[in-house]
Amino acid sequence: MIGASIKRREDPRLVTGTGTYVDDLPQTAVVHMYIVRSTEAHARILGIETARAREADGVLAIFTGKDLKSELTVPLPVTPTFVPDKKAPNQYPIAMEKVRYAGEPVAIVLATSRAAAEDAGERIDIRYESLPPVLDLEKAIEKDAAVLHDDVGSNLSYDAKFAAGDIEAAFREADVTIKQRLIQQRLIPVAIEGRGVLADYKPFTNKLTVYSSTQIPHFVKVWLAVILGISESNVRVVAPEVGGGFGSKIRVYPEEILTALASRRLGRPVKWIEERNENVKATHHGRSQIWDVEVAAKKDGTVLGVRATQWLDLGAYCSQFGTFMVIGVLVAQGAYKLKAFDGRSIGVFTNRTPTDAYRGAGRPEATYMIERVMDLVARETGLDPVEVRRKNFVRVEDQPFTTLLGLTYDSGDYTITLDKALQMVGYEGFRKEQAEKRKQGKYLGIGLATYIEICGLGPAAATQAATGVSLWGMSVVNVHFTGKVTVIIGSSPHGQGHETTYAQVASDVLGIPVEDIDVVHGDTAIGPMGMDTYGSRSTALDGNAVHISAMKVQEKAKKIAAHLLEAAEGDIVYEDGKAFVKGTPSKAITIQEIAGAAFQTNRLPKGMEGGLEATTFFDPSNFVWPFGAHIAVVEVDGDTGAVRVLRYVAVDDCGTRINPMVVDGQLHGGIAQGIGQALFEEAVYDEAGQLRTGSLTDYLIATAADMPSFELGATVTPSPVNPLGTKGIGEAGTIASSVTIVNAIVDALAPLGVKDIEMPATPEKVWRLMHRNGGKTR
Amino acid sequence: MRRRVAVTINGARHEHEVEPRLLLVQYIRELAGLTGTHVGCDTSNCGACTVEINGHSVKSCTVFAVQADGAEVTTIEGLAKGTTLHPLQQAFWDEHGLQCGFCTPGMIMAAKQLLDRNPNPSEREIRLGLEGNLCRCTGYHNIVKAVQAAAKVLAPGAESKAPASVS
Repeated sequence: MIGASIKRREDPRLVTGTGTYVDDLPQTAVVHMYIVRSTEAHARILGIETARAREADGVLAIFTGKDLKSELTVPLPVTPTFVPDKKAPNQYPIAMEKVRYAGEPVAIVLATSRAAAEDAGERIDIRYESLPPVLDLEKAIEKDAAVLHDDVGSNLSYDAKFAAGDIEAAFREADVTIKQRLIQQRLIPVAIEGRGVLADYKPFTNKLTVYSSTQIPHFVKVWLAVILGISESNVRVVAPEVGGGFGSKIRVYPEEILTALASRRLGRPVKWIEERNENVKATHHGRSQIWDVEVAAKKDGTVLGVRATQWLDLGAYCSQFGTFMVIGVLVAQGAYKLKAFDGRSIGVFTNRTPTDAYRGAGRPEATYMIERVMDLVARETGLDPVEVRRKNFVRVEDQPFTTLLGLTYDSGDYTITLDKALQMVGYEGFRKEQAEKRKQGKYLGIGLATYIEICGLGPAAATQAATGVSLWGMSVVNVHFTGKVTVIIGSSPHGQGHETTYAQVASDVLGIPVEDIDVVHGDTAIGPMGMDTYGSRSTALDGNAVHISAMKVQEKAKKIAAHLLEAAEGDIVYEDGKAFVKGTPSKAITIQEIAGAAFQTNRLPKGMEGGLEATTFFDPSNFVWPFGAHIAVVEVDGDTGAVRVLRYVAVDDCGTRINPMVVDGQLHGGIAQGIGQALFEEAVYDEAGQLRTGSLTDYLIATAADMPSFELGATVTPSPVNPLGTKGIGEAGTIASSVTIVNAIVDALAPLGVKDIEMPATPEKVWRLMHRNGGKTR
Repeated sequence: MRRRVAVTINGARHEHEVEPRLLLVQYIRELAGLTGTHVGCDTSNCGACTVEINGHSVKSCTVFAVQADGAEVTTIEGLAKGTTLHPLQQAFWDEHGLQCGFCTPGMIMAAKQLLDRNPNPSEREIRLGLEGNLCRCTGYHNIVKAVQAAAKVLAPGAESKAPASVS
């Protein structure tokens, strides 16, 4: 079963439209919530006039920050993540005295229909005293800048150094030094389903049930309990079908608190469904960083040292995991040996939507930096980009390799993915074709990136020390009376196919057919606890927890079989769902028979409790470190500047592949999102702090017509830190693809003297770059 | 001011008094109770709400319910015959053409129109034909493969013509 590309069990309901997302839940007497959001980027609230709105048809209640303040004494959570001494001002689900980004909730309207609520919302009159919007990262921390948070006193959250090795010596030894500013533009995650919440508080029993389109139902449960002062045992959070996340549904959001509060006030279920025009402002953004890089290298391509400063635009608040993006600095060394690394991260508040995790979360930024550096070094030294990478690779004999900043890679030979990708794309042949095309005036380019990725968060101690959250995997494997199985997992998928993959894992151990194994998730009322889904962690943690629970169940089944067969436990062999005494497989008893016996406790060995069930909290010894090499071939249209991706080759090593079809699917989507960042996507704000790309008409994500077919290859280096040998794959595509495309565009335009291009490489930007010298070759 | 509309959806007649501003997608979801048709944007970009009206593929968030008065509408729920999936549904399943599944109903409805008009499309024609439907999970790779696979099954003279598409 491990390694079988079986079809997903999730799909029949989804292809027939019978899956249930939050907005599809049956609803009785539901109240609709509309959120009046700030139209100002930075302003003091002088007054909110709601009388006229209260008289509108269908309105049940209107609440402002002032109205809810007494129940909102606990702010939204902010995890320490890497910079524990950062300044993290309190954020409440609704603005109290000030608004700090356009889109921040200011008032909520509860009405009998969504339309009535929205109509009434437009009758609310809010008077603001406008303040200067803070938008430029460097100017934001100058002395005369307007300040978002009076209690912080400046717009600087933290300024942290992460350095090791003698960087001065590296630069003294260098033949070549390079300085480059790299921009990670602000991105809007755009899950096709926006967020949505249905909260149902029952008075008298004091029980709260919240359905939310979230990646983290277990976190949301804990924080709803803490913020609303309800016993955790009385809070149930369900993530039903979730229509994509990509990190954007990874935090405890204001709307989850507001719907629950409103339901408690009204004693009726309250629903809020995010519209796209809200989603682009109300759901957190990603990236939004500037990286200033200095490189010291030798003529032979050896990279000696890198200085890298990450300017991190936090937006208006710290968000829950906003500073997790600091990890980009911590893993910036990539697949390479360096003598010195001098990293710095500066977190700055601006009057924009808060930033937080978006697919890859810090690791695409790190990969972008080091892989641009490798190409820049190649350009300066006149060496082939492939050779520069080979020169600097961590070698397989160095594994487990410890980086300058003290992280230890689990395994990997980085030449195997690179070699395979080069062979798949036909690298030597391409260079000849490129030279010929250049003679014909065509701009053909090839771009390469290799990556390593930290994921599988995490070992509990390491993640707690670094991020403040103790992370592990959880599973329950419960064999029923008839031999059917329920597997409960702590992860909370939203497209990743856990219901299929983890059934394969359990089936592999127990020999019970996949069809007889049901995998349940995303409901805090079931199972002890979970750490949910993000950071490509689920299979490395929860998937392995399923394996371990199934092994425990198998052990107990063998004990029961020994008793029933009147044999010694050590003589029992368990194979293909049957147990028998070594050498006599014809007298086997099936797992179904054993399961039946497990619930007839009189048939069990003396002292054994009934049931055939095991629970596992899996805490591995290290993170997992997938790696790979991606190569893109692009053609740039000399007349329009349009970039076309002709070929995209990716060779990824994520250890054991439980369901290769699902793995490839994760890569396809991840690659497309990274290509989207490279070519199309950018959240643009005007000088007043208003989002100008406020709809999918203006914020472009990749369409079918923009994408090539992907050519995927694989190598398999099992991780030594978990029993299945799995690593993560959810983010790998995105981590490698943006820089692969940019490297290819720069390569195509190399004859014009182009050394770098900022993302997104829109036709206009490319065309201007091509024509800045009148289009002459340099 | 309410208006009476009668719409036949997947062969069943629905009649309601509606506000003129009610969108067809809201009618389908909230009054007809068919929640397989999804809303993914406010601007007709994403295509998650794609349905067929009188045989034409339409983004149902750009149509008022009153405009569909008297029309025959097919939604994703109208494609399967009993428990037998439509070849496109089957192909999306076989080829892993979906992940979170939110765009899938609209994507399948758009693909159905594409194949109705062009039973044997090239890869480029499929990509251009689905440009109005956004998917954030699959990178479109397996969606294209699914449409190619369904085209083979649906092609005139194909061995296993059944199950036929709902017209």
